[in-house]
Amino acid sequence: MKIGIPKEVTHGEKRVAATPSSTELIRKLGFEVLIETTAGLNAGFNDSDYEVEGATIIPTAREIWTASDIILKIREPATNRTEGFEEIDLLHNGQTLIGLLWPAQNANQLDRYAEKKVTAIAIDSVPRISRAQKFDALSSMANIAGYRAVIEAANHYGKFFGGQITAAGKIPPVTILVIGAGVAGLAAIGTAGNMGAIVRAFDTRPEVKEQVESMGANFLLLNIDEDGSGSGGYAKVMSDEFIAAEMELFSQQAREVDIIITTALIPGKPAPKLITEAMVSLMTPGSVIVDLAAEQGGNCELTQPNESIIEHGVTIVGYTDFPSRMAAQSSQLYSNNLYHLLSELSLENQSNINIDMSDDVVRSVTIAHEGAITWPPPNLPIKKERENSIGVDVDVVETQTKTSTKSRRVTTITGLAVALALIFGLGSVAPPEFMAHFTVFILAIFVGWQVIWNVTAALHTPLMSVTNAISGIIIIGALVQTPSSSALILFLAGISVLIASINISGGFLVTQRMLRMFRKEN
Amino acid sequence: MITSGLTSAAYIAASILFILSLGGLSHQESSRRGNIYGMLGMAIAIIATIFHIDTTYYWLIVTLMLVGGVIGGTVSQRVAMTSMPQLVAILHSLVGLAAVLIGFANYLDPGTNHHGVERIIHNSEVFIGVLIGAVTFTGSVAAFGKLQAILSSKPMMIPGRHFVNGGIGVACIVLGFYFVEAANSNLGVPFLIAMTILAMLFGLHMVLAIGGADMPVVISMLNSYSGWAAAATGFMLANDLLIITGALVGSSGAILSYIMCRAMNRRFLAVILGGFGTSGSSTVTTNYGEATSTSATAVAALLQSSQSVVVVPGYGMAVANAQHAVSDMVRHLRTSDVDARFAIHPVAGRMPGHMNVLLAEARVPYDIVLEMDEINSDLSKTDVVVVIGANDIVNPAAEDDPSSPIAGMPVLQVWNAQNVIVLKRSMATGYAGVDNPLFYKQNTGMLFGDARESIENIIKHM
Repeated sequence: MKIGIPKEVTHGEKRVAATPSSTELIRKLGFEVLIETTAGLNAGFNDSDYEVEGATIIPTAREIWTASDIILKIREPATNRTEGFEEIDLLHNGQTLIGLLWPAQNANQLDRYAEKKVTAIAIDSVPRISRAQKFDALSSMANIAGYRAVIEAANHYGKFFGGQITAAGKIPPVTILVIGAGVAGLAAIGTAGNMGAIVRAFDTRPEVKEQVESMGANFLLLNIDEDGSGSGGYAKVMSDEFIAAEMELFSQQAREVDIIITTALIPGKPAPKLITEAMVSLMTPGSVIVDLAAEQGGNCELTQPNESIIEHGVTIVGYTDFPSRMAAQSSQLYSNNLYHLLSELSLENQSNINIDMSDDVVRSVTIAHEGAITWPPPNLPIKKERENSIGVDVDVVETQTKTSTKSRRVTTITGLAVALALIFGLGSVAPPEFMAHFTVFILAIFVGWQVIWNVTAALHTPLMSVTNAISGIIIIGALVQTPSSSALILFLAGISVLIASINISGGFLVTQRMLRMFRKEN
Repeated sequence: MITSGLTSAAYIAASILFILSLGGLSHQESSRRGNIYGMLGMAIAIIATIFHIDTTYYWLIVTLMLVGGVIGGTVSQRVAMTSMPQLVAILHSLVGLAAVLIGFANYLDPGTNHHGVERIIHNSEVFIGVLIGAVTFTGSVAAFGKLQAILSSKPMMIPGRHFVNGGIGVACIVLGFYFVEAANSNLGVPFLIAMTILAMLFGLHMVLAIGGADMPVVISMLNSYSGWAAAATGFMLANDLLIITGALVGSSGAILSYIMCRAMNRRFLAVILGGFGTSGSSTVTTNYGEATSTSATAVAALLQSSQSVVVVPGYGMAVANAQHAVSDMVRHLRTSDVDARFAIHPVAGRMPGHMNVLLAEARVPYDIVLEMDEINSDLSKTDVVVVIGANDIVNPAAEDDPSSPIAGMPVLQVWNAQNVIVLKRSMATGYAGVDNPLFYKQNTGMLFGDARESIENIIKHM
């Protein structure tokens, strides 16, 4: 099968969907690779680099589109101005298209894919489960965007990030606020921290606090209790109260911090406006805002998509092409994501791919197949909401279904009631002597319960052997029967004494032997 | 002869010492002292009893105790640490057997004369004591057989096994009814014998139906049973020391069973009903791609170039007897300033705390051996995780595949580390019969072969 990689036609897009190294890997899967001339040039890869790895260089985009069975792209199909055709027009029956197709924003293209019986695979629709991480192009791109956001901020800020004390005076470290601790946010936190900045971070989902802190940033908290976790690990729209408290926090922070990086997105909705013009005016002149949500309208009111502007003395960066600004790196990661997807789809040694719609991941990314629109995928409704290349989360931690505490409480109360009833029932018939022993029994169980929970897990084996030894106390039961005159009873008691002694000495000595082995590092 | 008042005082002292003994196990530092307390308590109790009873057979008792003591002592010094679960199982069985014998002896003893409600209660105590003792006895013998690989560790599934168990249960209740009502011991003994046989069959059958990796629960459960058997004997003999000790041991085993079940996210009843890992529903194999195999040389280089290493041992390490090699490797790494530590899952191995004991034997300091909850959050910051002979306890499917048989089981999140090296004999699935997506991850390298040889090879290349 032939895999074709055309040069990207969208203005300003420097990335390419295959690098020389991914070409080699794809060829090892058994595919033939066709690449348009100069396709990788903007990302720093020459035609000859591809040729070395066995790719065929094709002079025109048109030929790539017509001759290939599988097309690998970065962006959704657009107009090829140099050769004068619509990319989508050249798709044909049985062809497979893989790229960041954004089915939610490009609904009209979906109809065309179906009409042309094209298999369209939107790599942006990969579900966030562990198995699919290696295809998750959104995360790899968000990672780059987060890094680049800090680099752009540093570029526009024009001062040291890290604090220094020099002979010429003291330089305070820069303070950065990162809003939204998704993949991009965390990458930004890490990069800024490594450059010496003091980083603060805010997210509506309290569970990311730990991740933020693990990257060395301070997690800002609101004095209001509301969990912003939506489905699938993404954020959701918050209540008015919450937003008011959040706004107050940001106003306060705007006075204190030098750089704000915003990455807040809610799936399927315009980006929330978090930084108002008033807040911008509160910032020290020379400060920088980098708005990673610019493509969705921006988190800052003043953001101009694709531009960097200065308002109230504050530079507001609204670029939407952060990954493309690091074209070599992002092409490398993106092409690896595609390679992993291809190897998952390809049949062993057959240089062919198989769309197995029963596989959750394949089902989720396939948006059109055999003449039908297969998007959004069924029973995974959360996926249709994702709209952007900068997600607001890292890994999805599936929350376990908890038995409601209420029903558990009912069980406990019923259990206690039944136990009490049984004890009372017993007490009403049993002789007092028995009840005295029974009291001792119950109290001993409680003492045991309290004591055993304190035993450290590392000593569970010695615990078992020592309880083995002390349950050899049953020897007393045998001893008290030895005064008997019956030979049979004496025999039974004698055997019991023997085996209980084995228990006692075996249990205690083996425990001692084990415990002697536990030692601390000196 | 000493007075019963003095004997009671001695029993109180023994009870307190036993509680202190268990309490001592809360820390490694105090644990040895705790064990001494236990021995002291036992000595006081036995001496007080011997001086209290009026028998002509002192020489016999002392001889038997010495013989038993020597047997126990010899076994305890000879047993390999890897065989600790077997030893514990066989010791459980002895307690069970003693409970059965003492129950019979007591019932046959004409010296005990009870009437009316007292007789019913006493007979019930005998019955229950013998019942629990019999189940403990054969159950532990079966567990021993499985652990020693005399019996297959696969669950034995006879058709209609739940009906068999239910039938035995009903039969025991009926027998119990007749037994309690029996006017004298001659009439009662046949019922008691019949019940003992049935209970022994039940114990055997119950444990045979449970698979090898559920052994931590089984052993803990039998531990608990042996305690309850002692407690029932105590009721029968109206002896508070036996009741207290039995209750302590019984609740200890119950807590351990609970901890083990929670660590596998399984219900106790489901474990006891057995048959896990054989149902066909779990055999849906998803194509996760191909596992990458690696070499000892590469692993050695990787380990040496990393800053933090976490070793996750499993039952495979015990089978291959690799704990000493693993300890050497870790010591090697630590001397070259690599932060190497161990992570232990609660159900790793065949009984609670099994891995800790093996590592302690191999002279691994316990402060670098961490529990799952302590280390899980560190794994994402770890350069290399080395998984040795473990499978289900590091299976990401437990967290992200709700249809997996082990879904919801707490696992060590080793896949969050930069690199994972899995030492395994083959690509076979673990006990639960589920494929492990960890093996197919990009950052996972598989090192096939016997764990000990593999580790020794790695050390050679370091």
